[in-house]
Amino acid sequence: MSGLVQQIHDAVHGQTQPTVTVLSSLLAVEDALGYIPKEAVEFVAGFSNSTVNNVWAVASFYPNFRFEPPAEHLVEVCWGASCHLVGAMGVFKAVLDASGMADEGDTPDKRLTVRFNTCLGACSQAPVMSMDHHLAGRVNPELAAKNVANLLAQDGHAS
Amino acid sequence: MPPSFLEIGLEAARRWHELTAGERPWIRIGTALCGEAAGANAVVAAVESALESQGVSAEVSQVGCLGLCFAEPLLDVMLPSGHRVFYGNVNPENVAEIIATHVLGGTPVTAMALGYITDPDSDAPVPDGIPDLNQHPMRIWENRIALRNAGNIDPLDIYQYVANGGYQALHKSLTNLTPAGTLDEVKSSGLRGRGGAAFPTAVKWGFLAGNPAPEKYVLCNCEEGDPGAFNDKNILESDPNTLLEGVIIAGYATGASKGYIFIRHGHDGPIERCRAAVRQAQELGLLGENIMGSNFSYDVEIALTGDSYVAGEETALMEVIEGKRAMPRFRPPFPAAVGLFGKPTNINNVKTLSYVPEIISRGGEWFAGIGHDTSTGTAILCLSGALNYTGMVEVPLGINLKDVIYEAAGGIKDGKALKFLQTGGPLGGVLGADNIDVVLDFEVLRAAGAIVGSGGIIAADESTCVVDLTRSLIAFCQYESCGKCFPCRMGMSHLLEVLERICDLEGTDEDLTLMRSIGENMQAGSLCGHGQLGFNPVSSALRYFRPEFETHIVERKCPTGICTMPRFSPALSRR
Repeated sequence: MSGLVQQIHDAVHGQTQPTVTVLSSLLAVEDALGYIPKEAVEFVAGFSNSTVNNVWAVASFYPNFRFEPPAEHLVEVCWGASCHLVGAMGVFKAVLDASGMADEGDTPDKRLTVRFNTCLGACSQAPVMSMDHHLAGRVNPELAAKNVANLLAQDGHAS
Repeated sequence: MPPSFLEIGLEAARRWHELTAGERPWIRIGTALCGEAAGANAVVAAVESALESQGVSAEVSQVGCLGLCFAEPLLDVMLPSGHRVFYGNVNPENVAEIIATHVLGGTPVTAMALGYITDPDSDAPVPDGIPDLNQHPMRIWENRIALRNAGNIDPLDIYQYVANGGYQALHKSLTNLTPAGTLDEVKSSGLRGRGGAAFPTAVKWGFLAGNPAPEKYVLCNCEEGDPGAFNDKNILESDPNTLLEGVIIAGYATGASKGYIFIRHGHDGPIERCRAAVRQAQELGLLGENIMGSNFSYDVEIALTGDSYVAGEETALMEVIEGKRAMPRFRPPFPAAVGLFGKPTNINNVKTLSYVPEIISRGGEWFAGIGHDTSTGTAILCLSGALNYTGMVEVPLGINLKDVIYEAAGGIKDGKALKFLQTGGPLGGVLGADNIDVVLDFEVLRAAGAIVGSGGIIAADESTCVVDLTRSLIAFCQYESCGKCFPCRMGMSHLLEVLERICDLEGTDEDLTLMRSIGENMQAGSLCGHGQLGFNPVSSALRYFRPEFETHIVERKCPTGICTMPRFSPALSRR
């Protein structure tokens, strides 16, 4: 078994909740690897007595799944209505400018992914962004740019 | 053998006494999602390091949210047998002074204190020169039922919940009430669903109770994808046992064999705190076989969904638990007949179930005495946007929306004027500033073109553009359309195209009529609420702000200039 398939095997078999499904297995793989490699689609299909077609149908439906290895860091900017009304567009522009991007996605050097999030769940602290899943509220364009710079100054995860 | 409920209660009382009247001060910091976003994690670290460097022994708990999100990070210090003193907008730099002066020195830092809350068991004098926090505008309108413990107890410690009356309602149901008697209490309370539809809960439970199948499910919906609403996640983070007790009682009343609590993957705080509650309840025998020595056996599992707004629709939710794409099913058959894994199923929102323990403890009549007409009980409102006091309040239904905005939420920030409120989530509607003199009541608000929905209220000031907000809401609805029904899938895309044209100041005279026609088709031809209600943001905006749309179209001008600024929409869409 290759290292990658072993990791997928461990993630899928490591689920402890009673109800194990195609989706729960995909979420377990994403938690372990940060993405869904094509080997995982095949593995989950076999494990769930399903088909590659069906597993791909589920995986491709949910935008939290990505299908290539993650960048070192992830910045999300909330575009829910609360954040939108108090300046999320300006925050998003600042984040893009600070990361040298024109729109959401990965930087070419894979140091950073920039993403919209439909709601980060802290509306009372709008506008909200998150750096590697750590929330920061009441941000403005200057703070947002600083947050991105601070993140890029850190070492990434082991890759 | 798990301990008896009496033994659990005695242990809980012993621990609570030690915590509140023992030797050590008790420091509480709110670290729900709102607290985290305000920087509470850094405050926790600063508190722990200050205690260590100053050689002070104190109990430190990470609690949920008191509702005063605008003042977070919120640090709450209680000396042994004393009252609680709250410090607002604390940062790591001023923690050391609070620890030195208050925790070690015994004197509150008056200048930095936001307010105090008296402890009912303390006979200490109230602190001098510090306001009573219960007189804060955000708290005086409140009647906390589902949120009674929020911000007060450690959500990771089931004993603290028990010490504050927790699981008494379950005990009462199992020992004094039959399932039918439990259902009767909920019926007399007049409780209606808080997920948006406001359907009578007892009627829904009755459908499942009347089904004799041996395997039946109760599902609790905490998908909560509504931007502007965070009360479900907040309950899970602040007091997960209130919800869990409600889920167990619902199972008893309906004869269900298992419950599921359904949360969006990635919301780690709510997931972890809820998991801890389930695990501890299992350890104490409050879940499992023969609960509290009764014939009732029941377990609860936490199920996660990927990112999908439609996953919160009740039949789509069942598809997700089965591991499929979040797409609604045809009805009939209704879930109470054929639901999760083909078994009879009942689905309720987090808030709905979180009222149940107090309804059983205090009686349905008590709950029915709160509220307005057939809208009984309280509303748990999430206040966000351009308000002085953003946060979460639990207020009796029947309160005037104007009072919520100008009194409880302290009015509009920076002295600006209110332009409109957006209520009830993206499928809700907007209310013009001149039309908010209405009482909070499910029917009244619906007649005004908005809904209570899940309780989100977003305030927009005069600098915002209503056409821009409508475009953003429809962009959300388009992004989140699951794609199953073409009227919704194509209608949302088409609506967004028209709204982007209007925002680009390139709209045509026919566009408003065109949108209405698209909206009517979506409403008539979609399977679930997403498409059926998807035109609400546009129709309610047109109802109050038609001239602003016309200015964009006819004069080719955005009065606030917002539409001429850079805007971004997600590049990803559902494949």
